[in-house]
Amino acid sequence: MSKTVKEVQIGDVGAQAASRMDGDRMALNVGPSHPTTHGVLRLIMELDGDLITRCEPVLGYLHRGDEKIAENMTYNQFVPYTDRLDYLAPLANNVAYAITVEKLAGIELPERCEAIRVLVCEMARISSHLLGMGVFGMDAGAWTPFMYTFTEREKLYSLFEELTGARFTTSYTRIGGVARDLPEGWLSKVEKFVDELPQAIDEVEKLLTRNRIFLDRTEGIGTISKEDAIAFGITGPNLRASGVDLDLRKDRPYSGYEKYEFDVPIGTRGDCYDRYLVRIEEVRQSILIIKQVIASMPGGLWYAEDAKKIFAPPKEQIMTNMEELIQNFMIVTEGPQIPPGEVYFEAENPKGALGFYLVSKGGGVPYRLKIRAPSFCNLSILEKLVPGHMLSDITVILGSLDFVMGECDR
Amino acid sequence: MIDEDFVSLLLKGREYLSVLHQEDCLTLQSDPAHIIDLCTHLRDEQTFDLLADLTAIDQGEDASTRFIVVVHLYSLIHKSYLRIHVNCLDNLNPEVPSLSGVFPAANWHERETFDMFGISFTEHPNLKRILMWDEYPYYPLRKEFPLAGIEVPLPAADVSEVTGANVDPAPMMGGPFVSSSNGRLSEAEPRGKDESWTEDTEKLL
Amino acid sequence: MYSNEVGYNSKIEGEVIVTRADAVVNWIRKHSVWPMPMGLACCAIELMASAASRYDISRFGMEVMRFSPRQSDCMIVAGTVTYKMAEVVRRIYDQMGDPKWVVAMGACASTGGMYRSYAVMQGVDNVVPVDVYVSGCPPRPEALLDAMMKLQDKIGNEPAVKNLSKEPVTSVAS
Repeated sequence: MSKTVKEVQIGDVGAQAASRMDGDRMALNVGPSHPTTHGVLRLIMELDGDLITRCEPVLGYLHRGDEKIAENMTYNQFVPYTDRLDYLAPLANNVAYAITVEKLAGIELPERCEAIRVLVCEMARISSHLLGMGVFGMDAGAWTPFMYTFTEREKLYSLFEELTGARFTTSYTRIGGVARDLPEGWLSKVEKFVDELPQAIDEVEKLLTRNRIFLDRTEGIGTISKEDAIAFGITGPNLRASGVDLDLRKDRPYSGYEKYEFDVPIGTRGDCYDRYLVRIEEVRQSILIIKQVIASMPGGLWYAEDAKKIFAPPKEQIMTNMEELIQNFMIVTEGPQIPPGEVYFEAENPKGALGFYLVSKGGGVPYRLKIRAPSFCNLSILEKLVPGHMLSDITVILGSLDFVMGECDR
Repeated sequence: MIDEDFVSLLLKGREYLSVLHQEDCLTLQSDPAHIIDLCTHLRDEQTFDLLADLTAIDQGEDASTRFIVVVHLYSLIHKSYLRIHVNCLDNLNPEVPSLSGVFPAANWHERETFDMFGISFTEHPNLKRILMWDEYPYYPLRKEFPLAGIEVPLPAADVSEVTGANVDPAPMMGGPFVSSSNGRLSEAEPRGKDESWTEDTEKLL
Repeated sequence: MYSNEVGYNSKIEGEVIVTRADAVVNWIRKHSVWPMPMGLACCAIELMASAASRYDISRFGMEVMRFSPRQSDCMIVAGTVTYKMAEVVRRIYDQMGDPKWVVAMGACASTGGMYRSYAVMQGVDNVVPVDVYVSGCPPRPEALLDAMMKLQDKIGNEPAVKNLSKEPVTSVAS
């Protein structure tokens, strides 16, 4: 049986190459599946030898239809989908979504709940930055920091598992509180972890920060100026590395962040090296915040008790009282009843400012939920940033921007 | 500071602008023709230079204005957001001037809004689909588009020839169950909100 | 003797083992499966975690995660496969050399997972033939290692010599 040979369609790369290139340029497709393990991003590039002259990112390879799904589910049913947006720091996404809906519903949270949320957000920040820097080192050619940071992340995973039941993709928050209270002895384990963490960060820094090869590969590469960063809507550590002082935890504090003292690292030049340094320093600041939260953890309830139609009462009451049983039934079947209106809330996620724009027409299902993903906005600068660099700088630039396709494509 | 003086100064001389509400942030309503001037003024004179988000809402096929483009701006000086609703005048072929000349960040946001809703942005440098593949014929976030999707051929014809794969509507039974609070209580049994079932079974008599 | 070991005593049996060709070929293949991580979404993080030092995949000989399909044996589809990505997965599968296997890791790769929407392919087995499905969202690294062990058992039972003369699967492009 003969095998018919079909012509390979390299898609629009060929067509674009034919129509736009001149002379001896080469069209290169850094395809959706590639070793820089940031996810499925496709770059269609035009090269002049080793120099990149055009770069067009193509997204959408992980577009799962989250926003359409949100219009068909109750608010609490959507929480697992928020986990998988920025899947390196799922707890931070959960918290951002919960705060958005609670703002619209006008719920005041008890202090313990807010402190728990701050604690898990900072732990998620450490987790995300550790992976970001490990993979950044791997992209630049250093394999060992990846192993070191992953070991620390495994310790974090054990802590998350004890708290929420899952290593990551935790779905920990609910509208009106968190799913369960802190287990006994968990806080002391967290404290032990953050006491040992600076040593691991020091080891990674010893390997990378003054490393001649690393410096050569990252200094002066991928410089984003202040004006460009603001104009392209970049937020988070990338923006701060370019010298702009915007940290939503300080400028628009939420969930009790104003009670804790911490510094915000700002870079000077906006190149890849600055972005790396900003992230390492942010991990150290997160350790400070966690220590403060543990020292001052208030007692009390972990959910808003007066949010009657929004947060399901505890199980013992559901099983014994009629009214709580009915309340639970209504919340589970119809969803938390959120009043009509619109709200936009951005939280300072490890990748940038994760925003949720929620339009509700009453009832338990959102009318429109827009997820403003920081990675989507951070990647839009690639078209302007990449041309002029060498081909081998691509991995370093992508690694320093630290994006996640899960939230970029939603 | 976003206070009464700020609002009245902004509204002075701009009849096309009105305040919708100030519940979580100042929300203005503008018409498409003046949106570029308004945004340029906000960016240059009022320090709202960070475009946080640009998206759209579909009010449904029966609404008088079907598509509303919503722009969120952030000011580092005022440390607050500003929301602008732009009503699209035409329900069938909505068109809004593109803000990518004022905010380069709007480029991709507008592509995504075009991809999901079909709203065209005039004078956009590269108005192509960004999340779905280029030949996809529908606009997914419109209210009449079912969550499960509509059958279309797979974007790569040679792959579907060999494997027989197709873009099929996703099976919805067993899906997330939500009960609707409108209507009779006897019909308020939780059922999947999108009932484009893909399995048809004959009911036994 | 009630022993399931493949025991071999060189003093009794000499320096030569007699066995089936299949057993030798399969034994070699299953202990050096080189995975190609098709890491698409969150499951890729668990895949990386299983390659890290706590759940060492290197004890099975599988730490050689080659991102080049020409140099790998097993494609681990980790994450949601959208319709836009499906053709890429199929093309990369075709570029792998025989013998090749596919592990669908996670709920999204097996059946589409919790994403029942217009853009997600309900299972990667619509475009590539899958050998082992791993459930979980995401599967724990132990579950992935269990799946790789099941894959090893499956490889051990293959009629390797007969497969050499079999026609290869129709590929999209050569």
